[in-house]
Amino acid sequence: MGGTRRVVLDAGGHAPLLPRAREAFAAALDEGWADPRRLHAEGRRARALLDGAREAIAAELGARTEEVDLAPSHTAALHAAVRTVALGRRRAGADVVVGAVERAAVLHAADFVAARGGGRRVVVPVARDGRVDADAMLAALAQPGVAMVALQHANGETGTRQPVGHVHAAARAAGVPLLVDAGASVGHVAVGDDWDVLAAGAADWGGPAGLGVLVTRAGVRRTPDGPSDDDRWFPGGVAVPAALAAAVALQEAVADLAAADAARRALVARVRDRVAREVPDVEVVGDPLDRLPHVVTFSCLYVDGEALTSALDEAGFAVGSGSACTSDTLEPSHVLAAMGVLTHGNVRLALPRGTRADDVERFCDVLPGIVADVRGRLGVSDL
Amino acid sequence: MIPVTGPDGDPQPPPHGEAASDEVVVDARGLRCPAPIVALARAARSLPPGTRVTVLATDPAAATDVPAWARMRGHRHLATARGEDDVLRLTVELQAPKPAQA
Repeated sequence: MGGTRRVVLDAGGHAPLLPRAREAFAAALDEGWADPRRLHAEGRRARALLDGAREAIAAELGARTEEVDLAPSHTAALHAAVRTVALGRRRAGADVVVGAVERAAVLHAADFVAARGGGRRVVVPVARDGRVDADAMLAALAQPGVAMVALQHANGETGTRQPVGHVHAAARAAGVPLLVDAGASVGHVAVGDDWDVLAAGAADWGGPAGLGVLVTRAGVRRTPDGPSDDDRWFPGGVAVPAALAAAVALQEAVADLAAADAARRALVARVRDRVAREVPDVEVVGDPLDRLPHVVTFSCLYVDGEALTSALDEAGFAVGSGSACTSDTLEPSHVLAAMGVLTHGNVRLALPRGTRADDVERFCDVLPGIVADVRGRLGVSDL
Repeated sequence: MIPVTGPDGDPQPPPHGEAASDEVVVDARGLRCPAPIVALARAARSLPPGTRVTVLATDPAAATDVPAWARMRGHRHLATARGEDDVLRLTVELQAPKPAQA
């Protein structure tokens, strides 16, 4: 690191742990180490902490406690949502309608249940800004044989918000349950109540990794999909310290939501403006206004994303990328591809709360030179 | 049409009688992003407006990146086809050069 201060601008899905969440985690290791299913005093204490965490999370999400299930991860919450709701709705149909830019966990789960039930995954396209075609989604969910529809609250790669209100009204009229993946939104913007099933992960809002949340409104039919267990939805349950820390982090994030929104929205606007003006042959993507406060992504022509993220890392900045060369599968981000925007040379920022304006200015200061260096090394400066 | 450029080669007109004189092929098979787009841009630089350039690519990113490049550079994406050999064939029509962004 050579003395350079690290600046983390890649908090999507894994934000730095908030200080009070760390304290709560440590306290729960002391107080809540026991098995919450035991009847002795230690077990009852762990149970009380777990129940309190669930109640606090429910309150912050505008749900009743009994509607909230805690999951071992955001991915597990999404998989369970799709599997259990599709199974519960199997008499209504086997098709699953999804937006094209849903998280991979949703798309894969939709494939899984559609194949199992003899249905189809119906993918609804998005516009260049990443917003799903609401009319097409309404038409798709009104077809016979639809088990469920999934539409994220906002996209974690581009920040673009989705028309969940519009789609929820239509889904309700059609009697089809709507799963809203709010994993990129909870703790950053008010999520509202335009959903029947809601999923999120604590690490994104500054809680610990390894804790997901699934909220299911009363009346949504779902069926356990696996061997029986005390916890019907997430066999084995979750770690009490993770649950407590997640709840405390969510309370802290929501209490600070308006201030964190204003501060980071201004920083992202600054990044969008400076990158577009100062980096040649770049495209800043996603809706410029109707977006998450803290997410921005852009792509630079003729640059490989891995070289760019590595050079930024050396300069002290941790950033993400949706370029193929940065993924294990060597496939580009399905989000960028669905939007029809450049997939190579991609840089993705998700600003953690508390990101400093001077760090963002410094990022914008060094970026044009780093892009020019990478282009120079690749011999493409003249293109 | 037959391949007339490699990743770094200068484009040449196709041999007589093989294709219309305003068609050029960039063979980017086996190259990974962003190399197919670099090869395309390099070929396009010395070709006149109206030229149709077809990129052959095996990199899945090319399906998105060729049309995106055309849009960013003011060219027209005409067609995308995937052959039985799983090779993508993306055709663009070059337009009058767009000045580089400041």
